[in-house]
Amino acid sequence: MISESKLETARMEAEVKLVRKKQKKKDILVILSFMLPALFVYTIFILYPIITTFNYSLFDWNGMGERVFVGLQNYTALLSDNTFWHALKNNAYLILVSVFVQIPLGLIMALVLFSSIRGKKVLNVLFFLPYLMSTVAVGLLWIFMFDPVNGPVNKLLNFFSFESIHWLSGSNSALIAILIVMAWQFAPFYMILFKAAMVGIPEELYEAAEIDGANGTKKFFYVTLPSLMPTIVSSSILAVVGSLKTFDLFYVMTGGGSGNATEILGTYMYRQAFVNFKMGYGSTIAAMMFIIALVCAVGILFLDFKRRKKQGVA
Amino acid sequence: MRWIGTMNKSLLYVFVGILLVFTSYPFLYMIATSFKSMQEFFQDPFSIILGSVTLEQYASVFSMGLMTYFINSLIVTVVAVLLVIVLAAMASYPLSRMKFKLNKPLFVLFLGGMMIPVHATLIPIFIMSNDLGLYDKLFALLGPYVAFALPISVFIFTQFMQDLPSELEEAAKMDGAGHLVIFSKILVPNLKPAIATIVIYNVVHIWNEFIFALILIQSQSKMTLPIGLQKFYGEFSVNVPGLMAALTLASFPVLIIFVLAQEKVVKGLIGGAVKG
Repeated sequence: MISESKLETARMEAEVKLVRKKQKKKDILVILSFMLPALFVYTIFILYPIITTFNYSLFDWNGMGERVFVGLQNYTALLSDNTFWHALKNNAYLILVSVFVQIPLGLIMALVLFSSIRGKKVLNVLFFLPYLMSTVAVGLLWIFMFDPVNGPVNKLLNFFSFESIHWLSGSNSALIAILIVMAWQFAPFYMILFKAAMVGIPEELYEAAEIDGANGTKKFFYVTLPSLMPTIVSSSILAVVGSLKTFDLFYVMTGGGSGNATEILGTYMYRQAFVNFKMGYGSTIAAMMFIIALVCAVGILFLDFKRRKKQGVA
Repeated sequence: MRWIGTMNKSLLYVFVGILLVFTSYPFLYMIATSFKSMQEFFQDPFSIILGSVTLEQYASVFSMGLMTYFINSLIVTVVAVLLVIVLAAMASYPLSRMKFKLNKPLFVLFLGGMMIPVHATLIPIFIMSNDLGLYDKLFALLGPYVAFALPISVFIFTQFMQDLPSELEEAAKMDGAGHLVIFSKILVPNLKPAIATIVIYNVVHIWNEFIFALILIQSQSKMTLPIGLQKFYGEFSVNVPGLMAALTLASFPVLIIFVLAQEKVVKGLIGGAVKG
């Protein structure tokens, strides 16, 4: 009797194992079939191209004819290429302007929408509109805003008895002009981020501050700003990522022209690859852009990891 | 949020006024100019209050092929967004609701896509499209558009699916339902808010996408709106009202969506940014 029941349990256990094994195999099949389409597209259009970009970067190639292997020659050339460094510097400016102009401007716009003035609903829409336009449309519109003869910007300068500026053909003014446009286009995006975050600040914090005798400014610096810090940090991260992706506005407004003054990595890569047909060298710039993005990503993740660890301990 | 209330009221209004001029004058300038004749424009290029309205600019813009660009953009956007929804929802199902070894690495692999500058893929995609005979075909845009929309879409879907209670599918499992049934009959109907977010985010971005269209499309009959606008600029550089009409029309669809579903749009656009 006893041995028979033992045998029975053993048999059952074996069966369960078999079923589990089958189940696991079936699960893998399910997982594969659900993920395969997305993985396929992702591999063909993102992963494979990135690897291929690194491969091309080792060649001298015009895209059509023979590929000549040159090893790391493109990279050494790039490191002593003044335009590359200039473009990289401009990309750094983009980050700085995002963090110190766009983000504060977005914050101010959000604060206005939380203040006691009238017509906030309309303001909300009007503030947000620029972000919805395509970057190409934004660029073309502002070319005319900055027009030396018929442009409203110069008209305004003249009104305050300044002289007209040939914004987009001067080397410094072109960069400034584009950065103004970027602030115009992207401040609304940060505005909605801040708005979403501000809704979450508990009203009690303000009441407590009031009881402690804080006035408006103090409330802002001791309650609002600290509560918004996580949003400011994540906005800054977005600014870093966004800088390397920037292309459309610069391409449309100056084409990286004005004597390279407005060249950024994106426009420089495009010019080398698709205007000068230096596919090898263009790939090298693209590879560098990827490496920079990767370094930034790892850096950001590392800082985030450290922050969380610190919070976990505390 | 009353800290600003104690500020001097009139000062606040002046400040908001300046801010308002900066943010909305260019926009109003675009729309107002599109209704001016050339003559009116040169008489007074700055005014945004119109004496008379003419639609001649819109007529000429249409006669120059704007409709073609419009339809091309519409086709590419609709097809790409549909594909993204299907692929991303499918991929997110195992990622969010099943345990397996490669779960985390695959998730990170997808998310990593958000950090990748498109430039790192441009040349190979250009070469590949040439080799496959896809160069200068609308179809060529679908691959890169879908691929680059996947990371954010998978992210939003997985976040959303994780939050759905597991009881939903357990009852179905008891009844012997397979994964396909659970996914299509139980999860998908509950995903509507996530789908709305993803549709809005991707429609705005794909409708406005520029660089892939720039390198993959050449002939005028295949151009999408952003490329078409760029071409208009070359032809219209003297006719400012004409160009402004084109810009207004190109921005119109997204603006309509925004006006109709303001809160959804705002939510959709910050969807990827605030979480995590």
